[in-house]
Amino acid sequence: MATIYFVSGLERYTGGVESLTVDAPRVRELLETVTECFPALKEPLELMSIAVDGEIHQHPDYLKLSPDSEVYLVPRISGG
Amino acid sequence: MSGERVFKYVGTRPIRHDGLDKVTGRANYGSDFTLPGLLHGYVLRSPHAHARIMSIDTSAADAMPGVKAVITGADIPKTTGVVLLGEEGRYDLGHMGDNLLAHDTALYEGHAVAAVAATSVEIARNAAERIIVHYENLPPVLTIDQALAPDATILHDGLVTKGQPLPDAPTRTNVAMRTELRRGDVDKGFSESDIIVERQFTTPMVHQGYIEPHACVARYGEDGQILVWTSTQGQFIVRDCCAGILGVDAATIKVIPSEIGGGFGGKIPVYLEPVAIALSRKAHRPVKIVMPRDDVFRASGPTSGTKVRMKIGVKQNGTIVAASGSLYYEAGAYPGSPAGAGAMCALAAYKIPHFVIEAYDIVVNRPKVAAYRAPGSPSSTFATESVLDEIANRLEIDPIDFRLMNAMVEGDQAPYGPKYGPIGLKQVLESAKTHPHWQAPLGLNQGRGVACGFWFNAGLGSSATVSLSSDGSATVVTGNPDIGGTRVAQALMVSEELGIPTDRVRPTVADTDSIGYSDLTGGSRVCYATGMAVIKAAQDVRDQLLARAAKIWDVDVDKVTWDDGCAVSLEPSTDRTSLTLRQLAEKMPHTGGPIIGRASVNAPMAGPAFAVNMCDIEVDKETGVSRVVRYTAIQDVGKAVHPSFVEGQMQGGAAQGIGWALNEEYLYSPDGVLQNAGFLDYRIPVASDLPMIDTVLIEVENPLHPYGVRGVGEVPIVPPLAAVANAMNDATGIRFTDLPLSPPRVLKALLRD
Repeated sequence: MATIYFVSGLERYTGGVESLTVDAPRVRELLETVTECFPALKEPLELMSIAVDGEIHQHPDYLKLSPDSEVYLVPRISGG
Repeated sequence: MSGERVFKYVGTRPIRHDGLDKVTGRANYGSDFTLPGLLHGYVLRSPHAHARIMSIDTSAADAMPGVKAVITGADIPKTTGVVLLGEEGRYDLGHMGDNLLAHDTALYEGHAVAAVAATSVEIARNAAERIIVHYENLPPVLTIDQALAPDATILHDGLVTKGQPLPDAPTRTNVAMRTELRRGDVDKGFSESDIIVERQFTTPMVHQGYIEPHACVARYGEDGQILVWTSTQGQFIVRDCCAGILGVDAATIKVIPSEIGGGFGGKIPVYLEPVAIALSRKAHRPVKIVMPRDDVFRASGPTSGTKVRMKIGVKQNGTIVAASGSLYYEAGAYPGSPAGAGAMCALAAYKIPHFVIEAYDIVVNRPKVAAYRAPGSPSSTFATESVLDEIANRLEIDPIDFRLMNAMVEGDQAPYGPKYGPIGLKQVLESAKTHPHWQAPLGLNQGRGVACGFWFNAGLGSSATVSLSSDGSATVVTGNPDIGGTRVAQALMVSEELGIPTDRVRPTVADTDSIGYSDLTGGSRVCYATGMAVIKAAQDVRDQLLARAAKIWDVDVDKVTWDDGCAVSLEPSTDRTSLTLRQLAEKMPHTGGPIIGRASVNAPMAGPAFAVNMCDIEVDKETGVSRVVRYTAIQDVGKAVHPSFVEGQMQGGAAQGIGWALNEEYLYSPDGVLQNAGFLDYRIPVASDLPMIDTVLIEVENPLHPYGVRGVGEVPIVPPLAAVANAMNDATGIRFTDLPLSPPRVLKALLRD
C-alpha cells in the first residue's frame, strides 16, 4: 500500500486530505486512483514531477511501488 | 554505489582532450563554421519596450543589392504546441516562436521584429535599418511593483495564473504562476519564537555573461533537409524546437553542436536557429547569424530580477521554529521564471517545522528570462542566509554553529516533499568550521561572511556508445555539449571500466544523427546521468570482450572474469590464463566482428548538493569600493571524477556569484531601454578582481550512481550572494538587502549611517 502525500498547497484540490494510501502496483495505477478520487488534481499534476522514495522522476508511470513507498508531487524545476 | 571500490583512473587529473585546441584557438565555436555560398543574417530589433506593431515595410531592404531574403514574424508560424524538454518541462512553442520574431507586439526593447540575409553582414545591417516599422507605443511594465499594481497594463490578454492562485486573484493579470509550499502551523511557530527577523530583499536582473555570443549557420536544402551548426547546450533541444516551431519533422533536421564558449543555462533556448532556417529557405542559400554583444544582453539570457520578503523565527537556544516567505520573480516578456525553484530551495538546508513559502512568476517588458545556474536558488537563498546571519548575530552564536544546529541530514524531509537520501550539508559545515580561513585574523576594514546553498541536481535521459578499435584504443560518443570538462570525465569512466589509459580513449560530442536522444547539458546532470550511460556502454563492451575470450578459450562465458583490463580465466590452464584488451581487440575480426557498446538511461533526479562559502571582504569606507580578499568554497561533490574540473566549477560559480553580489545589474531607462548592454558597462569580475578561490571537496557518495557522483556545476553560485553581503555587514555594520553592493550603494549607506 503506497502512500501519496498532498503537501505544498495541493490539499486545496483534495478537500483538505493530506495523504492517501493506495494499493497500486505502479505509479500509473496510483495516479489513476488519485485523480479518480480528486479530479481537480488532474490539471496541477501536469506541472508536477513525481518523487518516489526520495527519487524525483519526470515520467515514472511504469515505476513499481513497494508496499511502503512514499510518493510526493513536486513542482518541476529548470536547470542551467 | 561504489562502496569500498578503489579507483585507478577516476579521481586523477589528466589533461582534457580538447584542451590544446582551446588554448591555441583551434577549437571551432559557433561562428567558426562556413559553407559554400554562405549568406550573413542580421536581426532588426524593437527600440521600444512595449509597442504594437502596426505595419512592417520591407520593400526598401528587399531592393538593396546583395540582399537575398527578408523575413518578419509572418514567416514564423504561430503555434500553440508545446515541446517536452526533460526537466525544463513544457516549452511553450507559441511564446518561443513569438520571441524569435514578434508577430503582433514588441514586448521588450530588443525584441526581434525582422531579419535580413545578405552577402555580407554590413549589407544585411544596412538593409535592416531600411525596414520601416510603424509602432503604436504601449505603457511599459518594467518592474514587479508595476506588474502587480491594480491598474497595471496587462502584457498578455488571456493570461491566467496557473499553479495555486489565491482565491481572490484577479482575472486580468501579469502573474503567470503562483506556487506554494507549506508545512505545520506557521502562526503557531512564530508565536513560539523568541526572536523573529523579517526583511525584504531585492536582486537585479543579471545576465549569464557567457563570453561567446549566440551564433549559428543553417542550410535549408531543396529536398527539405535542414542542417544547423550552432553553439548550444542541447542539440536535441534545438532540433525539436526548430521542428515544432517551423512545423517540420524532427528527422529532417540535423543539428551539429559546436564547441561552446559558456552557457550557464542561457544557451538552452533557441534565439537564432529557426530564423536562420527561415532565411535560408527563402534565400536558397545557407545563412550564418552571429548575435552582436549588445543584442546578447538585450534579447537573450538574463535571469530574473527578484523581490523576496523573508521572515524567520527562532528559539533563544538557536532552534529555527518558523519561516514565511513571499518570492516575486520577473519572468521577462513571457511566463517562465524560476520562482517555484526559488521557493523549493529557500529553506532546503534547514529543519523548520512550520513554514509557508509562496512564489510568483510575473511577466514584465524585459527579455524573457532563461535558466541561469541553479535557476531561482541564489536570490531566495540570499534572503534566507542574510536573515539567518542577522539572527546568529543577535543570538551571539557562531553562524556556522547556528547552521549546524538546524542542518538537514539524511532522512529529513525536504521542504518540497520527499526525504533526503545521503547528503553532505553537515560535513561541509564541519569542514568550514575547522578550515584555517574561519579562524584567520581579519585586517582593517575587513569583514567575514558565511552562507550555505542547495541545488537539486537533475537526472533525465542520456545516450552513449563506446567503440573499440583493433589497436585497443576506444572512442566514447555522447550527445551532450562539453561545457565543464565532461568529455575527459567520460573518458575516465571508460578507462575505469575497461582499463584503457585515458589518453587512448577519444571522447566525442555527436550531432543529432549520430547518437541517441540526450537531454540538455544543464542541471548539473552530464557527469552524473550521461556518465551513467557511458559506464553502462563501457560495461557492454566489457561483457562482449568476455564473450570473445570465452569463444577463444572454448569455455562458457561464466568461466571468464574481467580484471584490470584483462579477461581472466577462472579455470586457468597452460593455454588459458588471461587475454589483454589489446589482444582481444586485435582478434575482433576472428571472433565476431566489431565491438560497440551502447546504453541509454533515464536517470532520476536525486543526489542534491550542498555548499558553504566563506568570504572576506575589504571595504574602502571613503569610496564604497569593496574587494574580496579571501574566498573559500566547500561543497559535497559526491565523487570527483576529475577533481580539477570540479574545482573549476566551484571557482567559476563563486566568481559569478561574487559578480552578482557586487556589481552586475541591468540598468533600464524609465521607458525600458537597457542602458548597459556591453561588458564595459555591465561589470563582470575578471581574474584581476578576485583572489584565488580556495576549494574543499567533500565526497558523500550518491547511492544512485555507480561511482557515487552527484552534480557539481550549479550549487557553487548559490551561496556567494549572501556570503558577500554577510561579509559586508561584518565589515560595515550595515545589513544590505538590495544587490548589487556597488560602490555608490555602499557609499550612500555608509554616509547615511
